[in-house]
Amino acid sequence: MPQTKEVIATPDTREIDYAVRARGISKSFGDVEALRNLSLDFPRGQLTSVLGPSGCGKTTLLKIIAGLLAPTSGEVEVNGKPVTGPGPDRAFVFQDFALLPWASTLRNVAFGLELRGVAKSERESIAEKYIRDFGLTGFENSYPHELSGGMRQRVGLARALSVDAQVLLMDEPFSAVDEQTRRKFQEDLLSLVQQENKTFIFVTHSIEEAVYVSDQVAILLPRPSRVSEIIRPTSFRNKGTDSIRRDPEYLDIVDKIWESLRSYVE
Amino acid sequence: MKLFGYQLPAMSSLILWGILWELTGRLDVTFFVPPLSEVLETLFSIIGTPVFVKALSETAYAFTMGVIASIVIGIPVGILMGKNRLLDELLLPWVNIFLSAPLTALVPVLMVLFGFGMKSIIITTTLFAIWIIILNSRAGVMQINRSLVEMAHSFGASPIDAFIKIYFWAALPEILGGVRIGVIRAVKGVIIGQLLISIVGFGALFELYSSNFLMAHFWAVLVVLFALAFTIAEFLAYLERRVAYYAAKR
Amino acid sequence: MRSRPLFLKLLSAVIVFGAWEIAGRIPVSNAFPTFVESMLALVTLTLDGTMFTAYVETLKPLVVGVAISAALGIGLGIWIGLSSKFDWLFSPIFIVMQSAPLAALIPLLIIAYGIGLTSKVFVVCIMAMPVIVLNTSSAVRNTPTSMIEMGRAFLGTKLDIILRIIIPSASPIIFSGLRLGISAGFIGAILAELKITPTGVGDIISFSRSIADYPSMYAAIFSIILLAVLFLNLLEKIEKVLFKGNIRGYASD
Repeated sequence: MPQTKEVIATPDTREIDYAVRARGISKSFGDVEALRNLSLDFPRGQLTSVLGPSGCGKTTLLKIIAGLLAPTSGEVEVNGKPVTGPGPDRAFVFQDFALLPWASTLRNVAFGLELRGVAKSERESIAEKYIRDFGLTGFENSYPHELSGGMRQRVGLARALSVDAQVLLMDEPFSAVDEQTRRKFQEDLLSLVQQENKTFIFVTHSIEEAVYVSDQVAILLPRPSRVSEIIRPTSFRNKGTDSIRRDPEYLDIVDKIWESLRSYVE
Repeated sequence: MKLFGYQLPAMSSLILWGILWELTGRLDVTFFVPPLSEVLETLFSIIGTPVFVKALSETAYAFTMGVIASIVIGIPVGILMGKNRLLDELLLPWVNIFLSAPLTALVPVLMVLFGFGMKSIIITTTLFAIWIIILNSRAGVMQINRSLVEMAHSFGASPIDAFIKIYFWAALPEILGGVRIGVIRAVKGVIIGQLLISIVGFGALFELYSSNFLMAHFWAVLVVLFALAFTIAEFLAYLERRVAYYAAKR
Repeated sequence: MRSRPLFLKLLSAVIVFGAWEIAGRIPVSNAFPTFVESMLALVTLTLDGTMFTAYVETLKPLVVGVAISAALGIGLGIWIGLSSKFDWLFSPIFIVMQSAPLAALIPLLIIAYGIGLTSKVFVVCIMAMPVIVLNTSSAVRNTPTSMIEMGRAFLGTKLDIILRIIIPSASPIIFSGLRLGISAGFIGAILAELKITPTGVGDIISFSRSIADYPSMYAAIFSIILLAVLFLNLLEKIEKVLFKGNIRGYASD
């Protein structure tokens, strides 16, 4: 029984290659049912947002896909193979950055490679490339407490990209930085998705953010958690980053989503 | 930890340790550890005796007087330090010094100045407890949210009103925390005082029983003492939790 | 003005030592020497080497006791922090030990282990270990979950996570637990000397008292307190320098 409604006119979805498929995921914590029989597919090479109010289980879903949590029932397939735990095909970006406070930027960015046993010189040169790409040059030897919030998250992003995983999982990555930095991140994310040929799964509670950055938005509603709609914005995807926020379709979609989510806000 | 799916309560491993104690005693592993059952029997038999009651009241008296003194002196001093910068800068170094100093070293001085009696023990107890009480009272006053102070002013509160209705309650969780730690230190202080200064109270009992090799008696008194110390500590922690519900993050 | 705190510290020292001097002159009691008298005695004792030999004696049980407590305590604390079974088994013991007046065990230790170095080391250990164990286990258990998840997400093995994430993250609190343990150990060492056998500095104190040489007694006490305070302050400064980043809170703040 289909759980999702296609809202905006979509291209033929049968040809789309899905990098990640979640099927019938249920997750309970004791008596609390966080997710019930949830299914969702994530097209390869695109950014899918998982949007919903607090408590709808979106972070739980993300962690199940990451292999950090095991579902009570159901399964997740990444590139056709079932998920049993964390793997080299997926990388995670944390909401609170999860940097090592005692390590320099260089070591933090290289940490994913360090855990995989990559030799020091090799992992440092890879890390340096990503440090350049993310505009952190000059801060290789700085410690997290010496960096601004935005820079810390860039370290987190650089770390996630340096392990060259095919799927990038982002758990409200921009919610812990200030508004201006957040906007910049959203713009940069758009170009990142273009450049890298990776699948992005992006959890957020911000409607504007979701519609801005995504190729498709999956809306989750709480209690019980379910996907209520999937929206694929079409017309403004290829416009310049500046013009998107005033595009009529963008504004319409944002309003529509707010209408349906409004009643779920406590 | 879970056993067969049931969450075991926090301190329940003490039961296991108790069983171990019993076994060690039964097996006569060492002369110094009699079985727990024997200790408990002895405990109940001596609790009512005049010797024990005398020791308990002597210890309780010294302890209570010491704690009262440290609270009555410590809290006001701490509050004053929190409010007056000059006083704070003069006194704080000394408070910090005595907080981390091995106060045991001062006991001989007390013995020499105040004699070998109850007075010295009470002063020892006070000395052990007072520094942390001062420090926490000071901290409690200093961390009062600026906005609360401004709010009080803006609504025209008189100084007395402001103190009773706002500042006192705002500082209370921290002050209570200090009193709790201070009381625990006071228990240590009263015992150390009794061991070093004069042979009264529980200190006397420990000396008496150990020198006469009455192991079961020794452990019985020890258990009573530890149980009392623990109960007091838990009770104060409970009080602190009751008050701290509004303390949130500091 | 920046020199004000220093000036006030000196002022308060002057006030207190001055009061001591005056009290000694009144005299408050026959057993209360003046500040100057005590300082002179201190200098004398230091110069003739008595102080030095005394401290070597006193520090023996302290150093040995603290070393054992640190090694055992930190090891045990890490184990307790990582394993909920061990936590259930051992935490209550140390929690009771922390609020209990452990000094009460000293008479027992004396009859069990005599009056030598062993029982003194024991005294230091029982005073120092609880706080070390509890601090360590608490720090390990309270490692921020997201850092552990990050370690798992990036394919760290259990050992990796323990060595590279949990222990470095817990280090500041482990260190401050050590500091508190050393402070408790000091109390234990002096208690041992005053109660068990007079050796070292404890001996100077007791002996001087018995021959009414109060300046020497006060000098010895002053020196212990001074040394203990200086050493612990040094540890605090080292702690601040070593753990600069961590004192500010975790990177995610």
